[in-house]
Amino acid sequence: MAALVERVNDAARLVPRGAVYALGLLPAVWIAFALFTGRLGVDPVLEAEHRLGLTALQFLIATLAVTPLMRLTGIKLIRLRRPLGLLAFTYVVLHFLVWLVLDMQLFWAQIAEDLVKRWYIILGMAGLLAMLPLAWTSRDAALRRMGGAAWRRLHRLTYLAAAAAALHYLMLAKTLTLEPLLYAGAVFGLLAVRAIPRRPRNPARA
Amino acid sequence: MRRLTENDVTPKALWLNRRALIAGGAAAAGAATWPAGQAVAATGLEPNTWEEITSYNNFYEFGTDKDDPKRYAGALTTAPWSIAVDGLVARPGIYDLDALRGFPTEERIYRFRCVEAWSMVIPWNGFPLAALLDRVEPLGAARYVAFETLYRPSEMRGQQRAILDWPYREGLRLDEAMHPLTLMATGIYGEDLPNQNGAPIRLVVPWKYGFKSIKSIVRITLTEDEPPTTWNMMAAHEYGFYANVNPEVDHPRWSQATERRIGGGLFARRQPTLMFNGYADEVAGLYRGMDLTAQF
Ligand code: HEM
Repeated sequence: MAALVERVNDAARLVPRGAVYALGLLPAVWIAFALFTGRLGVDPVLEAEHRLGLTALQFLIATLAVTPLMRLTGIKLIRLRRPLGLLAFTYVVLHFLVWLVLDMQLFWAQIAEDLVKRWYIILGMAGLLAMLPLAWTSRDAALRRMGGAAWRRLHRLTYLAAAAAALHYLMLAKTLTLEPLLYAGAVFGLLAVRAIPRRPRNPARA
Repeated sequence: MRRLTENDVTPKALWLNRRALIAGGAAAAGAATWPAGQAVAATGLEPNTWEEITSYNNFYEFGTDKDDPKRYAGALTTAPWSIAVDGLVARPGIYDLDALRGFPTEERIYRFRCVEAWSMVIPWNGFPLAALLDRVEPLGAARYVAFETLYRPSEMRGQQRAILDWPYREGLRLDEAMHPLTLMATGIYGEDLPNQNGAPIRLVVPWKYGFKSIKSIVRITLTEDEPPTTWNMMAAHEYGFYANVNPEVDHPRWSQATERRIGGGLFARRQPTLMFNGYADEVAGLYRGMDLTAQF
């Protein structure tokens, strides 16, 4: 087991971050291509909106999983956490833009109403807003400027974003289906393991 | 809430199209009183393609995704088929589908508006529900009509999980049910109804949200009291018994002021939703004196 963990960690060190971004953006490229070439079925706007939202949530969950994975197994993917988080943010923004431009088509009156009346939109928006300062402070320079402690405190907003997103997904389903429950389970499970007291031999890392 | 006006939305082409839609409503009304069998051809409505109509369905009996019904509805056996008619009628009984097919059918090109704020135009084939009700002779005390969808989890995989309180149930007030626009559909584009669209026989009430138009009907019951209906039982504050298309009464999840017209392509404009889905001239009288905000 330990040998395997070492191998994974060695391999992870070799992965260039650029490759993570490139791979992570592939779904977006595919969705855009499919959207403009009529490959998204009968209601392409909704389909693109859904796929982007789902991919955003998947990257959010991956981001959240990095620390527990390290604590529970020793696998260190911490280098990849920033690309994963920024990819999540990118997909959230694309998801939001599709909603704004292609779905709501900039009908400001209706958009304004949705933003205050519909709980799933309010939660989605909370998720998006919570991620803005995270994306803004994602570079090393920001971390140095803020200092590690303040930076880590700020980046706990990730928990809020993920929780809001999970609830957003749960609430927009008309009936309780399995998928949003599984995603919510993943998010809240990953939040819950953070409450487990750390074992002393693990150095404190957020 | 601010109402959308033409100016908010409209390149001229769409505006013309909208006028055609309104004209379509009027023509459909005329047709409703024409002799049976005459097609409602001159509606000005451009029907969606067969592909669109048959591959984008809400039919939770086969799954909650829009493409689940097309994928899984093939498992459903639709022959033999019969409808049990009971409750407050002079002639209760089990009516075989072939007997019902005896009613003269006509083509009706109707707008179809889903509560999820998308819409299509569908060329149905069918007969007025009134013809069937006349045959079974509702008693004087009957005020509502209740409908039930087939419950057969072995063939309807969505029913294997309790996502809704099966069997699916819907209902209409008797005067709504007797309205000439209210159709029992058995076909689309002259073909038998595909399973994913509610084969072999379904209801179509064009001025109400799509979930009222119950599919694959096996029971019709005349009642004195308002019957329980599935989505209303599930979330009464979201789905009313009437469920009339109404741009001014929002659903908690979706604004109903505008709709995405399926098939318009990526950059098709959202369209303003019409009162009673464009059939106000024909059906508004049914609701005179009612507060449509409270009885939604
Ligand atoms: C952290 C941010 C967000 C995440 C992770 C997220 C994720 C999701 C997911 C997973 C879905 C369902 C996809 C499916 O059914 O397959 C969804 C749907 C949707 N989201 Fe978001 N979302 C976020 C923010 C937003 C924002 C800011 C808005 C708009 C203001 C928004 C609007 C929508 C809409 C309109 C739908 C589709 C609703 C429908 O099917 O009727 N989301 N989102």
